Amino acid sequence: MTAHELIKKIKNREMSSEEITVSILNRIKETGGNINAFVTVMGELAVKQAKEVDSKIKEGKPVGMLAGIPILIKDNINIKGTRTTCSSKILNDFVSPYDATVVKKIRSADAIFIGKSNMDEFAMGSSTETSHFSVTKNPWDIARIPGGSSGGSAAAVAAGQAVLSIGSDTGGSIRQPASLCGVVGLKPTYGRVSRYGLVAFASSLDQIGPITKDTTDAALLMNVISGYDDNDSTSVNLPVPDYTKALINNVRNIKIGIPKEYFSQGLDNDVKTAVMEAVKLLKSMGAQVKELSLPHTEYAVAAYYIIAPSEASSNLARYDGVKYGYRANEEGEGVSLIDVYERTRGEGFGQEVKRRIMLGTYSLSSGYYDAYYLKAQKVRTLIKQDFDKAFGEVDVIITPTAPTTAFKIGEKTEDPLKMYLSDIYTISANLAGIPGISIPCGFDKEGLPIGLQLLAKPFGEETIFRTAYSYEQNTGWHLKEPKL
Amino acid sequence: MVIDTSKYRIIIGLEVHVQVKTDSKIFCGCSTAFGAEPNSHTCPKCTGMPGALPVLNKKVVEYAIKTAISTGCRIAPSSIFARKNYFYPDLPKNYQISQYEQPLAENGFVEINVEGVKKKIELIRIHLEEDAGKLIHVTGEGSLVDFNRTGTPLMEIVTTPCITSSLEAYEYLVTLKRILRYIGVSECDMEKGSLRCDANISIKPQGEPGLGVKTEVKNMNSFKGIQRALDYEAGRQMEVLEEGGKILQDTRLWDEKSGRTVSMRSKEEAHDYRYFPEPDLVPVIISADWINEVRSTMPELPHARYCRFMTEYGLSDYDAGVLTAEKEIADYYENCLLLGKTGKEEKERCKMVANWVMGDLLRHLNEENKTINDSPVSPEMLVSMIGFMDKGTISGKIAKEVFSQMYDSGDSPAVIIKEKNLVQVSDESEIVRIVEEMINENKDIVKRYRTGEEKVFGFLVGQLMKKSKGKVNPAIANKILLEKLQK
Repeated sequence: MTAHELIKKIKNREMSSEEITVSILNRIKETGGNINAFVTVMGELAVKQAKEVDSKIKEGKPVGMLAGIPILIKDNINIKGTRTTCSSKILNDFVSPYDATVVKKIRSADAIFIGKSNMDEFAMGSSTETSHFSVTKNPWDIARIPGGSSGGSAAAVAAGQAVLSIGSDTGGSIRQPASLCGVVGLKPTYGRVSRYGLVAFASSLDQIGPITKDTTDAALLMNVISGYDDNDSTSVNLPVPDYTKALINNVRNIKIGIPKEYFSQGLDNDVKTAVMEAVKLLKSMGAQVKELSLPHTEYAVAAYYIIAPSEASSNLARYDGVKYGYRANEEGEGVSLIDVYERTRGEGFGQEVKRRIMLGTYSLSSGYYDAYYLKAQKVRTLIKQDFDKAFGEVDVIITPTAPTTAFKIGEKTEDPLKMYLSDIYTISANLAGIPGISIPCGFDKEGLPIGLQLLAKPFGEETIFRTAYSYEQNTGWHLKEPKL
Repeated sequence: MVIDTSKYRIIIGLEVHVQVKTDSKIFCGCSTAFGAEPNSHTCPKCTGMPGALPVLNKKVVEYAIKTAISTGCRIAPSSIFARKNYFYPDLPKNYQISQYEQPLAENGFVEINVEGVKKKIELIRIHLEEDAGKLIHVTGEGSLVDFNRTGTPLMEIVTTPCITSSLEAYEYLVTLKRILRYIGVSECDMEKGSLRCDANISIKPQGEPGLGVKTEVKNMNSFKGIQRALDYEAGRQMEVLEEGGKILQDTRLWDEKSGRTVSMRSKEEAHDYRYFPEPDLVPVIISADWINEVRSTMPELPHARYCRFMTEYGLSDYDAGVLTAEKEIADYYENCLLLGKTGKEEKERCKMVANWVMGDLLRHLNEENKTINDSPVSPEMLVSMIGFMDKGTISGKIAKEVFSQMYDSGDSPAVIIKEKNLVQVSDESEIVRIVEEMINENKDIVKRYRTGEEKVFGFLVGQLMKKSKGKVNPAIANKILLEKLQK
């Protein structure tokens, strides 16, 4: 069931939060090992919270917007008192000393925290294979990856192990796993949702967003988590609309743009077909469709893979074993400070993280900064300008979310560059700071989910919701569930 | 070896870091109060917890604006923070948030006066950054880190290499400190660490333009220490050159005990800090309106006040200098002038109050290492005492005693004069009686005076004072004594 259905039932006392929560926890116990979506299951705490919410409702006290709904939080977001591991050895035993702002908001909304989800280590990856705790499996085919880096969150929602989930998206980490798992994933406009308490990967690209069964749930969750935060200087001081009001089944006169650069080589045929079918349907519902060009698209992955690792190399410098987390063995003759740093970070970080730190350090170093980091930021401006121009002509841009459906575990791990190209359609939105959603739009011949991406101009989430909702209500992809 | 300035000229640039004395840190709300239990003034932001983000404290920017205004700097309408990346245990994020390419202010100056010669010391830039923590090394156990200090706001003030002597360097620091304390931006106390200074120094043969190969000198902990370190280093560099050697660009630590600088070269490698704009903070926008608002809250600056003390109060340049050396002293002085309208000639009164403040008051305070804010003698008390002098109730000599009593007890002059029975004797008949008594008791000396030994007059005055316990009005007593001696 979706959150919006359950919320009604809980409010009407047709069902209790406790029974829903216990049912979910049982499901996790029974099928959890099959997909390995959880790093931490917060069983006892969840039941306690659920009971409290049920009491409040019984006593007629006011409750929050998400009262009683079990929610899963990606393990790079701080919940005070829980392990926040970022699926890394270096933070394996780190317990959060504070709540992230979104966690505070979700807590105020009376949702039930059921656990922390598995991810690519420090959010660096597109398949959840770089996790220190081994990969999460795609519930549609457990020999395949769920996408990444929010693979655990997407897989759990698809498998009914969570009603709602929160992920983070730096280059596609919410949208791509949502696409591969057949669920809804939204990356808000940069600055719409506070990053305070989200373990930083790339500060100018990271955003927290909902991963849910349908667009209504995503809108509900956006209502809760959005808003300016004093603690995040990059959050934007604009009022938060009621996103559920944008869930209108009507796309008459909405202008849709199809960027030709997103439909060339590398795109799987089944995916292309499904996306074009979706566009056709929207057109038949009254939308206007036109082809356009985003000419700097071909530089997006290159620019991203300079900017993100550069910022990451600095953001991850704090993991040195001095203050918290893993510290390597300090024994030995003549062991110096440098030795402890090197051992700790060498042993504590996985391959992909180390690769990106090296890449980022190089790009920022003296003699290379101008040619790499500065240049990439300039290219970023051009990419943003492509979108600015495009949104002067259309309201929504539609693309495939990912070039393929879920690939097999281990298929791309030998070639990092191949893995990086999984993000080819999602990356530009992060560089430009615009919002983007992935919604299910079909299945390929193997029965694997295909995702449709909708992009809008900054703070254009309402247009996205309207278009996505209309499509969703006129198809039924979101109602399909994998058999575990 | 002392440098021979006829052969070489010295080129010095100074880099000063001052702690900005806001109540909270620069990027979080933690307290900056000194001396707390280790790691008690911390939060996720200043300890580099995963997921924490910096938030700029506007008050710090305000203080930087004040500094820029008081040094005539151009304030950037938009400036940005940058990350300076390096690893060290006292730096929780392993990067320092600082400013690199677009600092808050540029191109100002501090005017100094060196032995009567005025000179403008040019400032390249002023920028903001956060301080690191403290490391305490425990032999045998390792090191302990205290993060109370991380995130304390720092202002970095950099001069051009326009300083040409160690004395100029000293005067620059004294003047800068005075300005910053006047505007209430920093305590600038090297001993407490609220001011740190690194120096860059090179030398060149006289007549040759340009800069020499410089060394960086660190680890000085007083202004005089800096002067000594620069003297030493200039001499050392000259010795190297005279012996045909080359100066190696180097970082050297000043050792106060041995009076030498020591090379750090083995430890220091060229650091690549990989500066890039801080993505977690937005640019600092400083509008003309904000600058004007800040300007309107600023006190009169030391130099302006010094000039005004000379013109308005007729004080000498030495007196004006002493009285305006610290804002608190100047405030105290002017409070006194405001309180005491004694009907005396303005300039005379100004001079008298000045003498009391500069003389007795400051002397007492200095002996006890107290500041004027701790003075047990308030402006009201001092002015009241001067009032008694003007009325003739006490003599100048007795006033000194009254002052000491006031200082020690905190009692008002009225109370002291009454209790210690210090009222001056001005009644002529009384004085005549005392004089005649004294003359009788000193017949031999008086005889000597009357036979032409004028110099014993002083002795007789002394006896008179002793007899009257110093309470006779000196002018009247002198007159009467002379009269009586003529007989």
